[in-house]
Amino acid sequence: MRRRVALAVGTLLFTGCATRHGLYAWGSYEELIYSSYEAPGKIPPESEVDILEQDYQKARAASRALPPGWHAHLGYLYYQLGKPAEARREFETEKAQFPESAVFMNRLLANVR
Amino acid sequence: MYGEPMTRFPWHLSSRLRIGGCAIICALAAGCATTQPYDYGNFRAHRPRSILILPPLNESTAVEGTYGYLSTVSQPVAELGYYVFPVEVVDQFLKDNGMPTAGEMHQVPLNKVLEITGADAVLFVTLEKYGSQYNVLSSTTIVRVHARLVDTRTQTLLWEGHGEAQQGSSNGSGGLLGAAIAAAISQAINSKTDQAHNVSRLANANMFAAQSRGLPHGPYSPDYNKDP
Repeated sequence: MRRRVALAVGTLLFTGCATRHGLYAWGSYEELIYSSYEAPGKIPPESEVDILEQDYQKARAASRALPPGWHAHLGYLYYQLGKPAEARREFETEKAQFPESAVFMNRLLANVR
Repeated sequence: MYGEPMTRFPWHLSSRLRIGGCAIICALAAGCATTQPYDYGNFRAHRPRSILILPPLNESTAVEGTYGYLSTVSQPVAELGYYVFPVEVVDQFLKDNGMPTAGEMHQVPLNKVLEITGADAVLFVTLEKYGSQYNVLSSTTIVRVHARLVDTRTQTLLWEGHGEAQQGSSNGSGGLLGAAIAAAISQAINSKTDQAHNVSRLANANMFAAQSRGLPHGPYSPDYNKDP
């Protein structure tokens, strides 16, 4: 009996976790933020962009959405690299995917010339 | 990572231990049941869609805590179904606009945040503990956070939570010398990978998903409006 209860609890724990799929494909987003503060310059912005673009391809291939803020973050990196066209494209994508970002994205877009 | 099992029951242990484990689980569950449920009245009256998370006020002695923590909090809040503003972009933007520290950012007027970003609510986090304590034979990493979610239009407190997590490393086998060496090795590993950064994720899970006191689901979640 005890064994059966223990088994049931275990099964619940495992199936609960197995079927839980996140809303978004996070890829390296948060770990890149961590490393950019923990060891500034260790990963140059160019490499950061490459890693994020690879995450983008993986998410597309798996038909999964990228998390809120992701395109804005990538756009900001492009802006820092002096690539205004790419920066604008990412800020616009963020706005289209998440209308809640419109006010902030318009402000950033106004700064990108 | 968020969403993965945090504890796996060790089935290979003896049946006595297994029964003991079940007793602990039952005790935990019973402990949760007696917790006072959170009053979600203010939250339901405003129902934010978008949350701006500021770098935490760091009350710990570890300076690296501010960003070690900030880089773990977007995921749990966004996975609950909210629009979360890009934390690093927001941080840089505020720095460029005369707010170089988290302390100054936490003083920013909420109507100004609304005007600049359109955020419905701001999450103010205080990092109460962040770091590792080393003993001779083991080390313990502790992260303790307190968060307040405030409405930008009315300045109403929508939700408040606490979260704590600990992770220990110890080695009971191999005699005293073996244990001391193991502690030294795990200390070296800990300082390299910033153990507290990882423990932050557990502290967040305990805070946002707390039984009957957690942060309710947001509009992008399939469970939106199904919370207590």
